[in-house]
Amino acid sequence: MDKKLEPIVQALQEKYATSIEEFRDEVHVFVKAENIVDALTLLRDKYDFELLSALTASDYWPQQSPRFHVIYQLSSIARNITVQLRVPVNGDQPKVLTATRVYDVANWRERELLDMFGIEFEGHPDPRRILMPEGTEGHPLRKDFPLGYEEPQFTFNIDEIDLHKPYAKE
Amino acid sequence: MAQIEEVDVEQFKHLVSERALTGETMLLNMGPQHPSTHGVLRLLLELDGETVINCISDIGYLHTGIEKNMEAKTYIKAEVMSDRLDYMNTMGNNLAYVLAVEKLVDLDVPPRAQAIRVILTELQRIASHLVFLGAFGLDLAAMSVFLYCFREREAILDIAELCSGQRMMTTYFRPGGLWRDVPVEFETAVRAFLKMFPKRVDEYEALLTKNPILLDRTVGIGKLDVPTALQHGVTGPPLRASGLNWDLRKARPYSGYEQYDFNIPTRTEGDTFARYIVRIEEFRESLKIVEQALNKLPMGPINSDNRKFVPPPRSELGVSMEALIHHFKLWTEGFPAPKASVYSAVESPRGELGVYLEGDGGPKPHRVHWRTPSFDNLSALEKMSRGHLVADLVAILASIDIVLGDIDR
Repeated sequence: MDKKLEPIVQALQEKYATSIEEFRDEVHVFVKAENIVDALTLLRDKYDFELLSALTASDYWPQQSPRFHVIYQLSSIARNITVQLRVPVNGDQPKVLTATRVYDVANWRERELLDMFGIEFEGHPDPRRILMPEGTEGHPLRKDFPLGYEEPQFTFNIDEIDLHKPYAKE
Repeated sequence: MAQIEEVDVEQFKHLVSERALTGETMLLNMGPQHPSTHGVLRLLLELDGETVINCISDIGYLHTGIEKNMEAKTYIKAEVMSDRLDYMNTMGNNLAYVLAVEKLVDLDVPPRAQAIRVILTELQRIASHLVFLGAFGLDLAAMSVFLYCFREREAILDIAELCSGQRMMTTYFRPGGLWRDVPVEFETAVRAFLKMFPKRVDEYEALLTKNPILLDRTVGIGKLDVPTALQHGVTGPPLRASGLNWDLRKARPYSGYEQYDFNIPTRTEGDTFARYIVRIEEFRESLKIVEQALNKLPMGPINSDNRKFVPPPRSELGVSMEALIHHFKLWTEGFPAPKASVYSAVESPRGELGVYLEGDGGPKPHRVHWRTPSFDNLSALEKMSRGHLVADLVAILASIDIVLGDIDR
C-alpha cells in the first residue's frame, strides 16, 4: 500500500470498522451502506479527495447477500493518491444514501445506477432514468437482464415487429 | 407506432423555476437534432428573453449498451466495442482498455509497443482537438477553420489507416502489445506530419486567436471555477483552463510518458476562450511528445512473449504444435483473468478516461465500466451556461468538447 494512503485507510478502519482488500497496488475499502456519506465527507474534507472519479456498481446475481457492490473511485489531486470505497448491498431493491451533497457529479452517476442497476439512492434530488427512455422496464446492466437481440425494423415490417416488440407502449 | 407526445412540464417541475409554470419564462427544446449540439444531445432550456435561466440536459439518445455487450465477449474481442465509445479518440480508448486488461492479468508490454502507442495516441489527441477546433469555429460562424482542420485531420487518419487498416475504428492496440508492427512508411508519414503541422497551428491562431468577433463571443463567457469543476468531476482541458494543473500523463505516468519532456498548458480564466487556448497549446505539446518518441523509437518485439495471453505470430503456426494450440485456445476460448477488479485511467483529449474492469476467473469480463470524461464534463454545463445568451450556450457547449458516443456509451 502507498505510504501516503496508510493513515487514511487506518482512520477509516477505526471509525467505520471496515475491511480492506488489495489488488495490484489498488486499495479497496469496504464500507457499510449507512456510513458511506460520512466516509465520503471525511475523505473529501480531511484528506483532500476532491474528485469522485467514478461511481459505478457491480452485480453478483444469483448471490443475494451482497447482491451488489456500489463502487466509489476517489482521487486526491493534492496528494496524488486514489482509493476505492465499496458498499455491499443486499437484495433486489437495494437502497444507499445519496452522495449528491458531497459531490455534485454523484447526481448524474447515481441516476445512471438507478437506471442501469435499479439501485435507489435515498434523498436524491432528481431520481429519473438518465440513459434509457422513460417507461423502460427492468434494469439493463443487472445480470438477470438478458442481452437480447432485437429484430431490425424496415418499412415493410415495421408494424409487424412493433406488435411484439418488448418495449413500453402507450 | 408509438405516438409522439408533447413534453410534459410535470416531469421537469422540480428542475425549472416557478416562473416557468406561470408562463413568465419560456421552455425551449434544443436538439436532439440540432447542428450545434454535436450529436444527439437534447437540452431543455428555460429562457427569460434570450437569457438562459436553466439548462437541463437530456442524454441517452446514443445509448448502445456497450458495457453490457462487453460482458458477453472475451477480453480480446470486447476491445472492438471500445472504439465505438469516443469515436474521436479511438486509439486512446483502445489504450485505456488494454492497460486495464494488462493490469488485471499482469502482462508486460515491450518498449517498442509502448512508444508506438504513445505516438499514435498523441496523434489521435491532435486529430480530436482538430475536430474540436473545427466545430468550435463553425459554431461561432468561422466556417473556413473547419475546412482547414479536417484537411489536417485527414493526414492523421491516413497514418492510422497505414498502421491498422482502418481510419477510425482501429482496434490496433491489443493486450500485451500491438496487432502488428508499424509499416516502413510509418516514420516518413509521421515526420512529414511533424514538419507540416506547426505552421498550420500558427495559421489557425492567425485566423482565430486575435479575431475580435471570436474574442467578443468567448472572453468571459461560461466561467468555471476550480471548486465547481472538481465537484462536477470535470477533468481535462476544461479543468486546466480553470487553473488546475492536473494531467494523468504527468501525475500517474503510463506507457512510458515519464520519459518525454512536455508541459501541461494551463490558464486561469476558466472561460470559453481559455479552454480554446489550452487546446491550441496542447497541439504543440503533443507534437513535442510525438517527435521525442519517434526519435528514440526502440527496435525489438511489439508483443509480449507470454503466449498464454498473446496469440503467436502467423509464421509459427505451421511449424509449432504449441503455437497452434495457443492460437486455437486464444481465439476460441480466450484467456482467463483473476476474480478481482482494477481501475485504470488515461488522459484522453477530453479528460480522465477510466476503465473499471472486473474479472470473474473466466475468459469474459464480469463488469466493464467506462468512466467517460464527456459525461462528467457535460454535467457542469448547467452551471456554466446560467445567465448567458442562447448563442453563447452554443459556444460553451462547443468549448467543453463533448462526444455523445462517450456520454451515452
